[in-house]
Amino acid sequence: MDIKLTIDGKEIEVPQGTMLLEACRKAGADIPTFCYDPDLKLAGSCRMCVVQPKGWRNLVASCVTPAQNGMVIETESPDVVEARKVVLELMLARHKLTCHTCEKDGECNLQDYCYRYGVTESRFAGKVHNLFKDDSNPFIERDYDKCVMCTRCVRACEEITGARAINVMDRGHHAHIATAYDGNLEDSPCVFCGQCIMVCPVGALTSKIAAGQGKPAQNDKVLTTCTYCGTGCTLELNVKNDKIVGVTSNRDAEWSPVNRGALCVKGRFGWDFVNSPERLTTPLIKENGEFRPASWDEALDLAAEKIKGIKEKYGPDSLSMFSSARVTNEENYLAQKLMRAAIGSNNVDHCARL
Amino acid sequence: MTQEYRVLLEHADKINPESAADYIQVGGYKGLEKAHSMNPRDLTDEVKKSGLRGRGGAGFNAGMKWSFVPQYPETKYVVCNFDEGEPGTYKDRIICQKNAQALLEGMAICGHAIGSNNGYIYCRGEYPFVVEMLKNAIGNAKESGALGEFNIEVRMGAGAYVCGEETALIESIEGHRGEPRFKPPFPGVEGLWRMPTVVNNVETFACLPYIMTNGADWFAGIGAKSYPGTKVLTLTGDIENPTYFEVPTDYLLRDVIYELGGGVKGGKKLKAVQVGGTSGAFIPPQNLDTPIDFDSMGAIGAALGSGAVFVMDESRDIVDIINRIAKFFEHESCGQCTPCREGTFRCKEIMERINTGRGSLKDIENLKVLARIMQKASLCGLGQAAPIPITSTLEHFEYEYLRKLV
Ligand SMILES: Cc1cc2nc3c(=O)[nH]c(=O)nc-3n(C[C@H](O)[C@H](O)[C@H](O)COP(=O)(O)O)c2cc1C
Ligand code: SF4
Ligand code: SF4
Ligand code: SF4
Ligand code: SF4
Repeated sequence: MDIKLTIDGKEIEVPQGTMLLEACRKAGADIPTFCYDPDLKLAGSCRMCVVQPKGWRNLVASCVTPAQNGMVIETESPDVVEARKVVLELMLARHKLTCHTCEKDGECNLQDYCYRYGVTESRFAGKVHNLFKDDSNPFIERDYDKCVMCTRCVRACEEITGARAINVMDRGHHAHIATAYDGNLEDSPCVFCGQCIMVCPVGALTSKIAAGQGKPAQNDKVLTTCTYCGTGCTLELNVKNDKIVGVTSNRDAEWSPVNRGALCVKGRFGWDFVNSPERLTTPLIKENGEFRPASWDEALDLAAEKIKGIKEKYGPDSLSMFSSARVTNEENYLAQKLMRAAIGSNNVDHCARL
Repeated sequence: MTQEYRVLLEHADKINPESAADYIQVGGYKGLEKAHSMNPRDLTDEVKKSGLRGRGGAGFNAGMKWSFVPQYPETKYVVCNFDEGEPGTYKDRIICQKNAQALLEGMAICGHAIGSNNGYIYCRGEYPFVVEMLKNAIGNAKESGALGEFNIEVRMGAGAYVCGEETALIESIEGHRGEPRFKPPFPGVEGLWRMPTVVNNVETFACLPYIMTNGADWFAGIGAKSYPGTKVLTLTGDIENPTYFEVPTDYLLRDVIYELGGGVKGGKKLKAVQVGGTSGAFIPPQNLDTPIDFDSMGAIGAALGSGAVFVMDESRDIVDIINRIAKFFEHESCGQCTPCREGTFRCKEIMERINTGRGSLKDIENLKVLARIMQKASLCGLGQAAPIPITSTLEHFEYEYLRKLV
């Protein structure tokens, strides 16, 4: 059943059960959020998405308030704007505002919303925390002096990865994100998937591997498929001056249908080998016990010729192929096809079975 | 009328609260019997008709709350809110210690109305001695057969004020952090373990046996029309008789202080009275002739809340008291939502500044803005109500602030 409501003077219809946030966005309103994440359970806690239903005493968080028939909603009333400004100022009051050196500069919700609402400084400035976590792990920088306590990292860790490595510790203003007993990630169930980095709306969680090589907002983004395993996750390579300087996630199901942005430690953090001077960049042919660089055509011709020779001399079953778990499903399909159709042998196996 | 009117506490200290037999001797468990003879819908209507409204602070019509519980799910819960975290409030403890069986009977009545045999009492962590007593009372009532099929378990809090908020209480029973849930869904539809749950205060439940025994009309005729019945009040602060009283709800605040309370301690003048616990408004002397019921209190910008009455004499320093209250909320915020997590902390900071003579007019201005947004945008009642002492004293006692500014 559809219900009708008015948002910023516009009448719209939405299915029963639709949250106001979705209804407002459908009506063209740009609702700011920190804790809302379409892939995670609702929290309703940052209070940035508040809107004003006409005739109600309080503002409501649109992400967790179901639209009701006949509601009249204002999304940028003076009260709403004041509330959002105060929320931002309260966040700023404890924030280590170092945008110039921040990895998140340029794609940070806090920065964007402060810009949008003209919040330069906080009327509530006072004591700040010292929550920076000198976590010795090689992958994730945890600077909770930039945390806005949206708990998206906690929910992603539990709901996407299932690791439950982190949660909220302590109460009130002292509440902060921690592993059990406030230790290091390495000593927790953390698997260093970096899903927490992916969902963090600010620069509280960042990649140590990519740090200092280019702010993600300024890098070119190239979608590709991860070469580590056959799952086929989409990676978003961060490229600067033709060099891979980081990996981020594309969460759009259309572009990242297999993993929707979720990655594992290898895909997210294990890419720096690409730039290693020790990496092979051309085929090598061994002659007189020594490798020499060769072109692909030359190498493939040589391999084909040798395979053909063996097949003619000893029969197709004298050949077998081991494929790799690191190539995609499609490539594995082609590999067995080559073996069966072109060479004529069923001797096909896969390294994952060894 | 300046007398107490005792319904829940009529037999206080005359019966053993652990003994079902004692309670039955003074007419107990008749209400449950009558409830069992009715069909659940009529029972709910009867409670609705009595006008009984929640005694835990929000003042919601009890029968109405029950009527939101869907019929079809097999598992439902009756939860008694005995968190009693409001400073200065101990009326639920008194009701338990004097008349525990009435609470148990009331819960069983509610169980029949919503179709549940599963009761929980969530008891304040600081009351271990009452838990023992309650467990004995439950054991005794079960043994005597008075509760029928209805079961009650006691769970203890760990001292968090926010766990008195019904959804935080539910989270706590489930074994999670005591953090309020966003509403809707309300507990009546999705509560304990996501099943339909009625949460009512101790006093609310304890009224039910008397409503069932004497009839809805009898109850509706006591005290204030829109919030009928009696209310147990606890007096603290600068008062001659710092104790508890049960009064009809149209009882005047002035009489609470000057008749039952015996007046301000040492014959001093009254400066202010705070009703309903720490988040209550500060009421100036000129508003004393107000009945204590929910709506009359609301009309003067105050709240009946839990029924705590905290009296302050002329020598008290309002700003210092507010500073302490701000500390309380800073300590008790669960930390979930931004306006309250950060707001209670900044309120405390600003109040400390003003209280120690370092505050400015700018601070007062900022305090007002912050209070407004906390009230309008916090996730639960804690953050929404935390600034009320500040705003009400800025309204009635602004000079106390101004004289402390630099
Ligand atoms: C911060 C906070 C603390 C509360 N503490 C209590 C409490 O200690 N006892 C209580 O009965 N209700 C308390 N409440 C109210 C409950 O959320 C709920 O409204 C009540 O238990 C419903 O019962 P009633 O309808 O019988 O009053 C509190 C609410 C808030 C927001
Ligand atoms: S997290 Fe955002 S606001 Fe904070 S320093 Fe980084 S870019 Fe700036
Ligand atoms: S890296 Fe993955 S497992 Fe570790 S805390 Fe973040 S989300 Fe959890
Ligand atoms: S670290 Fe990031 S994702 Fe986690 S709570 Fe803080 S701001 Fe949110
Ligand atoms: S208002 Fe305060 S106590 Fe309530 S959810 Fe928000 S932070 Fe927690």
